[in-house]
Amino acid sequence: MSDPSFKNIAIGIAFSPTLEANVSEAARLSCMLGAKLLLIHVGKGSPEKIQIIDQFIGNCNQSQLSYELLFKEGEPVEVILQAVQEYRIDLLLLGALKQEKFVKFYLGSIARKITRKATCSVLLITNPSVVRKACKHLVVNGLKDAHTERTIETAFYVAHSLGSNQLTIVEEIDQQKISIKIDDDQSLRKANLLKEKLKRQEESRVRGILSDIPEEQKKAIHIETQAIFGKRGYSIGHYAQIARADLLVMNGPKKSTFLNRFFPHDLEYILKELPTDVLIVR
Amino acid sequence: MTKKKTDIKGFFKALPKNIFSGFVVSLIALPLGLGLAMASDAPPISGVIAAVVGGVLVSILGGSHVTISGPGNGLVGVILVAVATLGLNGTYAAIICSGILLTLLGFLRMGKLADFFPSSAIQGMLAAIGLIILGKQFHIMMGNQIQLDGSVDYLLAIPSTVIGAFSYDHSGFTYAAIAGILALGIMIFYPKIRNKYFHLIPAPMWIVLLSIGFSYFYELVLQQPHPVDPAYMIADIPTGAQIISDIPTPDFDLLGSFGFWGSVLAITLIASIESLLSIKAVDQLDPEKRRSNVNRDLKALGLATIGSGFLGGLNVVTVIARSSVNVNNGGSNRSSNFAHATFLVIFILLFSTQLTRIPLPALMAILVYTGYNLASPRNVAKIFRIGKEQLLIFSTTLLVTLFVGLISGILAGVLMTFIIHVIINKDLELFIKNWSKPNVLMFKEKRGGLHYYINVKHYCTFLNFYKLKEKLNAIPESEDVVVDFSLCEFVDHTVMENLSAYQDVFHKRGGHLELIGLDLHGTESEHPFALRRLIPGIPFLTDNLTKRQTRLQDIADDYKLNYEADVKEDTEVLDGFRYFRTKRIEKIYNRLFNKDASFAVFDIHYSEGEFIAKEDVRTTMLHIKFDHQIPEFTLDSEGFLERVYAIAGYNDIPIDNHSDFSKRFYLLGDDPKLVQDYFTDDLVRFFESNTYYHVESDGISLLVFKSQHTAGVKEIKQLLDFGKRLSKIVVREEALQA
Repeated sequence: MSDPSFKNIAIGIAFSPTLEANVSEAARLSCMLGAKLLLIHVGKGSPEKIQIIDQFIGNCNQSQLSYELLFKEGEPVEVILQAVQEYRIDLLLLGALKQEKFVKFYLGSIARKITRKATCSVLLITNPSVVRKACKHLVVNGLKDAHTERTIETAFYVAHSLGSNQLTIVEEIDQQKISIKIDDDQSLRKANLLKEKLKRQEESRVRGILSDIPEEQKKAIHIETQAIFGKRGYSIGHYAQIARADLLVMNGPKKSTFLNRFFPHDLEYILKELPTDVLIVR
Repeated sequence: MTKKKTDIKGFFKALPKNIFSGFVVSLIALPLGLGLAMASDAPPISGVIAAVVGGVLVSILGGSHVTISGPGNGLVGVILVAVATLGLNGTYAAIICSGILLTLLGFLRMGKLADFFPSSAIQGMLAAIGLIILGKQFHIMMGNQIQLDGSVDYLLAIPSTVIGAFSYDHSGFTYAAIAGILALGIMIFYPKIRNKYFHLIPAPMWIVLLSIGFSYFYELVLQQPHPVDPAYMIADIPTGAQIISDIPTPDFDLLGSFGFWGSVLAITLIASIESLLSIKAVDQLDPEKRRSNVNRDLKALGLATIGSGFLGGLNVVTVIARSSVNVNNGGSNRSSNFAHATFLVIFILLFSTQLTRIPLPALMAILVYTGYNLASPRNVAKIFRIGKEQLLIFSTTLLVTLFVGLISGILAGVLMTFIIHVIINKDLELFIKNWSKPNVLMFKEKRGGLHYYINVKHYCTFLNFYKLKEKLNAIPESEDVVVDFSLCEFVDHTVMENLSAYQDVFHKRGGHLELIGLDLHGTESEHPFALRRLIPGIPFLTDNLTKRQTRLQDIADDYKLNYEADVKEDTEVLDGFRYFRTKRIEKIYNRLFNKDASFAVFDIHYSEGEFIAKEDVRTTMLHIKFDHQIPEFTLDSEGFLERVYAIAGYNDIPIDNHSDFSKRFYLLGDDPKLVQDYFTDDLVRFFESNTYYHVESDGISLLVFKSQHTAGVKEIKQLLDFGKRLSKIVVREEALQA
């Protein structure tokens, strides 16, 4: 079992109105996880800029935080991805944009590209704020996937570090797995029996993963499982939204091709419509 | 295996009932089949061939339970066009091709096709079909057969035909018009006459019987030729042998032409929509509340259509009116459909020459009535109440269908609906961006008692209702479901109406479907099916009381009861009663009730059947709710409701030592032993010594009523008195048993 903890956190910053909120979120998170923070700015560095950031970090009263500033010119996606490699970053923070009129969030094109290409875990922040909002409820995917075990471990680690008190593991079961087509009462009954069976299988699998999580991390957390039959990647986001989750933890995508943008799957749905903060574990 | 055995046993047990209801249905199917075929300009027998082939094939291969198949009224318009452009043999080829398409739709599981059409557009299309039928047949009914170009011209010519009817120079035409008007009168007044024996024969069959009777009267008694002009009598009906020797050869020469495929598509579209809507409606009438296998039915209908086309018959579709007659007469499985076909064959074999004695106008009166029902102004008013925009969709579809054609009509309706939705929301992106998203999430909630939770995002209209429907169909109707629209920006009328139908189905099968999250949505009209928002209850006659209502108010004061004139939409308390299993409660109003509503007298409006077979009943009932359980039973004067209740297969329960009671009353129940124990001397004597009432128990409450019309003030007093004394005895009995 690999260590799920994050040692080096990075955030890409721009001098926009949300700068203070973004910096505060990053500083707080780094402190809570006990990690080093790297602030990456694509552009020329200047004493004024450094001063502003120093001041913002000072404002959050995180005295034990060790942080570093990186100024580099170039193509933003390239620069950030390169920095991730160079500084052995294991968690990258990205801010989402808020759609006017509705309370909907979406990722800018740069953030989206980075999310697809990054080799480390990515945390997408939808509503950064200067004052801390408690992260109470985590939703994590329980897909049948080799990577899921690590994702769930990470979720527990984060939940424990942030002092969350509820964690729901959502098992998304693909509709296609129900081979029976519902036509009448009889096929409906059969389909429902099959669903129950699939659900039990999924739950026992997730229980297996749960038993490997150190007791100490599970202690203060209320754990629930929820099986959902629906479109992979989309339904979990929908669920997180309904359940008013504060953080959604998901597996990183295996590979993202050009076609995926037109035939969205798994992660792409989430990137289009961020239901809440999303942590993508790689 | 044992399950199968009991199935077969049950099948044979229900067979006599099904054969009987098949017989009653065939009485309607015969005149309708002839009439629909003639209205489509096809030989009259082709309608009967469709009914026979449909009845046989669909009953064997179909997936629904109590539906009847045969020629449909919706198809008259398209087949008319097909016959005019392709010729009769070309039309048979088109019918065969549409049968193939229907079968394909069934195999491709396209049973959900009908969901993609907005309700108001479908209503508009049905109204247009009604007007087409009405417009064309009205002239024949009035003895004035004319040939005009478009369906609109026929409608515009109606006034001149009416005026012309008074000045025919040939008495044969006048008699033809009289026959037509008399027949129309029978159709109109049939539901208003409430006589059990009169209702044993359906209205269309009365027309046939009376026509044949008249003809014989002239021939045998008056020894005169039939007064109606021979041109207005049904043309030769071939005998059985002739039908077989005269099988037409479908003409596939036009297979490459554009017009041919246009007709095929139109026929297929209407046939599938009519069948799917009918199946959906009939499923709601099914007393056993089974779910039909729609796709399997489509396949069977397609095959039947192919067969019918080769034999010289019309399209086979599922028909609502005949199906609802089937349910009301005790049909419980597909054998009734088969029986209906068998009886049609017998009729044709034995009486084909008698049928030529029917005047054409009389037969067309049936169609005029059907057409009027489809396009009745009441439907238009209903749509207007839902919202102005629905009326716009409705009239667009109606007008385009009349002036251009059916396919263009329905497409215009769909387009109009979409445009209106975009304008209302001022947002095109909402619909386009989110269309392909799987916006419906369903899961079984673990907390709060394992119910299903469905959340819909973005928007929910006819465009993507099938996604919600898929999820709803995957839930057994006995479960509790919550549908949450709080993340949904827009919900349209089609969805609201369909969900309301789902609510009914869930309710009848012991489940519950609740809509939440619509409180923040705005709406323009106050109708519950209006797009966007649901408001329970419509204000009704609040300040303007009728004379009867003021008297009711007085009675209420007299008996220390509360009085409420308003419509009460929530009729759940009545759903448990066997009496309402095949009936739809429209509304309850003029309620007199005590403090905890355990004792209530109310006027009720319910309906039975659909379309031409629809009967509306308004009556007054008494409902008494008890604190304790009582056995389920139904008590009525001997013979009156026998027919209605025999469906369930219950027998009369005899009460020992009270042979007189057993003779006079018909007592039915789930558990004869329990009922026998319950009917003590006291109770029996009470029923013996009082006026007859129909009394029914659903296990916790009693429903008492007498006539099938709204009670007068005096009758209400009697009912109240009867109820008070009855409830005293029931309560005393409970005390004794305890």
